[in-house]
Amino acid sequence: MNQLNLDHASAAVEFNKDEPRVDWHDETLWFVRTKRDRAAAQLPEWEQLREAASQIKNHVLSNMHDLLAQFEENAKQNGITVHWAENADEHNAIIHKLIQDAGVTRMVKSKSMLTEECHLNDYLTRHGIEVIDSDLGERIVQMRKEPPSHIVLPAIHLKKSDVGETFHEHLGTEKGATDPQYLTEAARQHLRDTFLTRKVALTGVNFAIAETGGFVVCTNEGNADMGAHLADVHIAAMGFEKIIPRAEHLGVFLRLLARSATGQPITTFSSHFHRPRPGQQMHIVIVDNGRSRQLGRPDFRNSLKCIRCAACLNTCPVYRRSGGHSYHSAIAGPIGSILAPNLDMKLNADLPFASTLCGSCSNVCPVKIDIHDQLYKWRQVLMKEGYGPGSKTAAMKAMATVLESPSLYRVAGKIGRGVLRFTPVLAENRFNPWYNQREMPEPPAESFRDWYINNKKV
Amino acid sequence: MTSREKILANIKANQPDLRPLPEQYTFVSTFPDLTKQFIDVLTFVGGRALVVPDYAAIRADLQAQYPNLKSVATTIPELADLADRTMTVSDPHELADLNLAIIEGPIAVAENAAIWVDEQQLPQRVAPMITQYLVIVIRQSTLVPNMHDAYKQLKVDTTGFGTFICGPSKTADIEQSLVIGAHGARSLTVYLLP
Repeated sequence: MNQLNLDHASAAVEFNKDEPRVDWHDETLWFVRTKRDRAAAQLPEWEQLREAASQIKNHVLSNMHDLLAQFEENAKQNGITVHWAENADEHNAIIHKLIQDAGVTRMVKSKSMLTEECHLNDYLTRHGIEVIDSDLGERIVQMRKEPPSHIVLPAIHLKKSDVGETFHEHLGTEKGATDPQYLTEAARQHLRDTFLTRKVALTGVNFAIAETGGFVVCTNEGNADMGAHLADVHIAAMGFEKIIPRAEHLGVFLRLLARSATGQPITTFSSHFHRPRPGQQMHIVIVDNGRSRQLGRPDFRNSLKCIRCAACLNTCPVYRRSGGHSYHSAIAGPIGSILAPNLDMKLNADLPFASTLCGSCSNVCPVKIDIHDQLYKWRQVLMKEGYGPGSKTAAMKAMATVLESPSLYRVAGKIGRGVLRFTPVLAENRFNPWYNQREMPEPPAESFRDWYINNKKV
Repeated sequence: MTSREKILANIKANQPDLRPLPEQYTFVSTFPDLTKQFIDVLTFVGGRALVVPDYAAIRADLQAQYPNLKSVATTIPELADLADRTMTVSDPHELADLNLAIIEGPIAVAENAAIWVDEQQLPQRVAPMITQYLVIVIRQSTLVPNMHDAYKQLKVDTTGFGTFICGPSKTADIEQSLVIGAHGARSLTVYLLP
């Protein structure tokens, strides 16, 4: 099964073939969502914090140019080299060049969804550079040659027996081992050796501070710190929307981030990098890759407020029952479905339809992105641009023709009622997508119109 | 036009009209007992906290917790006799076999049990992650209620690196089972002096 080559609906069908596993996936993510609820309920000012975060981010979007210029100037004064990448290719080429300049062919990397978006690992591997992901979940999926299925919990689609098998193959752990403690210890030993021997380390960026020219990286494992503090060259890759005006605004975001993500009060490490350590080089790559285009779309620019907590994934009834890989995009779930069409409208036209529009995503979002409204608006844009799913387009057109003509509507109604009463097999078969998950309704003997006309006579 | 100029020009052309920063972005947290709140949260995240009267009590507890442990380093003069090595090294790789690091934390946050440390406390940035076991000594008088209070006191760029540490390193990446001791320290003990 390869969910990645299918559209969302077909991939979801694949995922749902193993029902106990879907139930487990659903329950596991719901458990994370309930942890988020408990953590949020502990702060009486939770809703005010969300509002403050949302307003700070609104300001950031409206002042992006000046904040980035200010950040660059201060970062340079701090001794950080600043690079700008217009797209994924340029981002990858800059990082490749920095690795070459360091005279090495290996790099250790901590979690960065941006590098997933840019397919950095593939690019570097093609150019003879070995990349090792150091976040445990990312390392697991990397060994399995899979992309992460979740932005915070990259291996959430796997059971411990899957991880045990993968580690047996790649790390030589005992066959059949499933104890998470034992498996984590094996990864710790393997990655410790990696941290100690790599001269170049790449990290993501959670927040970049315009006022001080520094950036913050949050992890629970300590892997970003282990990589960066032991390397001669630290490269940090950031989408330009990660900027915030001042350090004191971190108070708002760090109180929201981990609570929204996993229900923790804060991540184990919230590391603030401002200057390279003596003898070290520090680089920051600021990436656009379609973000400035999204900034120009009034209906969709709010998606750039995202702080990548994944609360919208955990709460989404569609994500929980279709799995991250069904979204065939670096960022899955509701937020990914409003970011992806900006990157490639045609390729990702199915994603805004992968939602019930229930609005739960918008309700848990710590920066108040109107996610479900944007999903709905993307559908309008995609249909108008001609990227709508073929069957849906044809059905909608037929429906429109029928609804436009009163006489056609009456005839269609009569046929429909007749078919359901006398030859139900014509509607109740696998070629009718509506029937796949539903019972067909009991047909009435006559239409409301006929009933009205008949009763008026009396 | 360079990529920098192109990106900044596109941003300038596409960004919406200026929206003000919110007036309220700090909040007041009130806990009846800051020390109790800190200890409760640290325990919840897998750390161990102990209120102690003086350094002698810390020494006694450390000797009981880690008897005969080798490769111990501290930056605290009052506990120097417990150390058999230094963290003040020019190459951070020299800390690869560090077993126990004992450091001080200048500010700690009651609401989430996060302790700030920067290069004034750390001879090497990697010390609190690379060590097998980590001990941080804080003073109850430096506890602040929440993160807003911490950032009011902190200047995050006083040194080139600083971090909030909350509990031992951990992961739940294997089937959501919590495992303490991912890549960083396998345990965190915090002593709270008056």
